[in-house]
Amino acid sequence: MERSDIIQLSKDLVYEKGSLIPLLQRVQQTEGYISEESIREIARLLKISENHIYGVASFYSQFRFQKPGKNKLKVCLGTACHVQGGQLLAQEVEKQLGLHSGETTPDGNIEYEEVMCLGCCAQAAVVEINGLIYSKMTSEKLIKKINELTSHSEISASLPVSEEELPQIVEESA
Amino acid sequence: MQRFNQIKQNALKNWKTITNSSLPVIYIGTASCGRAAGALKTLEAIQGTLQELNQPAYILQVGCIGPCYLEPLMDIQLPGKPRISYSKVTPEKAHKILQAALVGDDLSPSLAVGHFGDKEFTKETGIPPFFDLAMLKPQVRIILRNCGFIDPENLDHYLAHDGYAGFMNALEKGPTGVIEEVKESGLRGRGGAGFPTYKKWEICRNAEGEDKYVICNADEGDPGAFMNRSLIEGDPHAVLEGMLIAGYAIGANHGYVYVRAEYPLAVLRLGKAIQQMRQAGLLGIDILGSGFNFDINVKEGAGAFVCGEETAMIASLEGERGMPRPRPPFPAEKGLNGMPTLINNTETFGILPNVLRKGGKWFSQFGTKGNSGTKTFSLVGKARHTGLIEVPLGMTLRQIVFDIGGGTIKPFKAVQTGGPLGGCLSATHLDTPVDYENMRASGSIMGSGGLIVLDESTCIVDLARYFLTFSECESCGKCTPCRIGSRILLETLEKIARGEGVDEDLDVLYRVADTMQRTALCGAGQTAPNPVLTTLKYFMNEYQTHIHGRYCPAGVCTELFEYRIIPEKCPGCGRCAQVCSSDAIYGKKKEPYSIDTEKCIRCRSCYEVCKFDAIVPVPVSQPMKVEVTL
Repeated sequence: MERSDIIQLSKDLVYEKGSLIPLLQRVQQTEGYISEESIREIARLLKISENHIYGVASFYSQFRFQKPGKNKLKVCLGTACHVQGGQLLAQEVEKQLGLHSGETTPDGNIEYEEVMCLGCCAQAAVVEINGLIYSKMTSEKLIKKINELTSHSEISASLPVSEEELPQIVEESA
Repeated sequence: MQRFNQIKQNALKNWKTITNSSLPVIYIGTASCGRAAGALKTLEAIQGTLQELNQPAYILQVGCIGPCYLEPLMDIQLPGKPRISYSKVTPEKAHKILQAALVGDDLSPSLAVGHFGDKEFTKETGIPPFFDLAMLKPQVRIILRNCGFIDPENLDHYLAHDGYAGFMNALEKGPTGVIEEVKESGLRGRGGAGFPTYKKWEICRNAEGEDKYVICNADEGDPGAFMNRSLIEGDPHAVLEGMLIAGYAIGANHGYVYVRAEYPLAVLRLGKAIQQMRQAGLLGIDILGSGFNFDINVKEGAGAFVCGEETAMIASLEGERGMPRPRPPFPAEKGLNGMPTLINNTETFGILPNVLRKGGKWFSQFGTKGNSGTKTFSLVGKARHTGLIEVPLGMTLRQIVFDIGGGTIKPFKAVQTGGPLGGCLSATHLDTPVDYENMRASGSIMGSGGLIVLDESTCIVDLARYFLTFSECESCGKCTPCRIGSRILLETLEKIARGEGVDEDLDVLYRVADTMQRTALCGAGQTAPNPVLTTLKYFMNEYQTHIHGRYCPAGVCTELFEYRIIPEKCPGCGRCAQVCSSDAIYGKKKEPYSIDTEKCIRCRSCYEVCKFDAIVPVPVSQPMKVEVTL
């Protein structure tokens, strides 16, 4: 990202250290990741060293330094998802796509990340694909979703609607 | 004052045009949990159906009302009739219900889960009152009073429900009067530690500083907890009003909401709400002519669990790595930019408007002595009724898990409280009242309010390993006890889960845990061993089975069991063979199937799909080659 772009992004921010994280977030939002060039420009703008920026950015799991994939697949490994089989979904991704958390398929199509809790615990286990959260996932359903991603290279923007994707009815206790 | 009355009158008028209108009102829960269950698609169907029928109506997108297992929830209120709730509303179902209600005047009582009217209506229609549902009846809604009832993106709706009345009372009482009221309420910090709120405020008010800050901790990093997200998504103004009251009481002029970036909808709604406050003159210079100046900004967290710790959060706000600092000095004396800083949990702020509106005494009638008021919990895991609940403190775990949560399908094993830094309590603790002291005495913590119910299919060793994976990964690395200690705990647990554990490993767990508790720098490191210590204390037999029996009874630790099909139970439906990706299951339809344990990778797929409980984990048939003798 060039200097002028970063200035544009930081219009309402004060040029001080406290603005570093918000600015990094905005850069990542626009560019998809934080490039070396952007770090250089931010360092000049906020008058802090590039090393400091790397130090701060690498501490937080949100920031990435490589170009993102076209589709984003996240498997939630929060506690509720863990007890409902989240780990099995992660294994399924590895089996199907050969990806570990933080990796992208060689063709740049799917980027995979394991995350800690998306806050939809009552709908566990959940996965997030391109910003949409899918509830009550099983390996079977995940394979379907992965196939959609690999065949169309972009998932249809449909929300989970079919009866089987809705939370399963749990029989009331007698 | 006059200005406030004016905006309030206006808000009431706007709200009444909806409730007293001759048009139907349709409510749909579109918080993150509803969305995950498909609420937006249902919303589209609602809009489509209304267009098709050429029927004008109000559609209110509301927050989470609580029983997430019933999502998506759609409610219809026809003119002159109470609001009726329908559960698991797919687009097709929405279309069907709406058509019946709007064209045929048929309320489809068989599909309804509850209504919000009077008892007469139940007699008429047979639909039970919504709040009489097993999950809702024992609950008391104070914090969540507006969630599911108002459009969170509409300030008028909040104002019409006594919004900002607490702040107006605060202005009348004056700062010390406010602190007195909070003291009388007995409110304790809802972040989990339970420090008396008024005390923190007093320290902060009396601390010297040219500037003071109020920070709302909405960095809800505990996996398995979503109370703060739901509150912000369902009623953002309640939290912001709480901050306003706190700012006024301690004499601060700046507020920050530190919210997880993983909660995009919450971030969005906070931003909108703050904008509305500024426009209405509830933020800025000389608020409502009181001479009090205050502004609030949203700061997004960047994905670091430790930033939920006060001093780490301050470091993060200052643009540094989010590492804790030694205390004292406490943030209330020397916090953000070296100034006195008040950090309270989202829920604490959410409670405050109620305390100031109805009085501290009123609030203290709920709960027990020393643990007054209500607390929200996210009840998840293997409970039948999962969702967001609010109960008075002092209610027992049994009431929460079985009465509200409806119990479990497989036999109950444990309940995990307090997130990754909390503990695992066994069935013997079910009658423990949930309050700060009792939770601590049992070896767990109250934490922010995650309650994860576990049944027989959960392996306790694996769960402890899971939490330590989390703590090890999220350890900021500043102090050695936490950085190295969490690593040793994790590696030891992994060893036991692999079937390589020896008795001495238990000793290692105890010693390391003890060191961490006594020497780690911050609360996160000191409490990180809790999951290990509580499971050792209450589920020692399960560790022993892993170490001596080389068996994982829950069928989770893949090297310590194999699957077997019980021929008597298997009707030969073939579902298991279909889902098996390693061709390990063979057999003929309508005859019992078999598993080739050599080929089986224990992916659990067959276990999950079997409807007859015919597939069970059993001890590995080949004895382990390594026999450990001590």
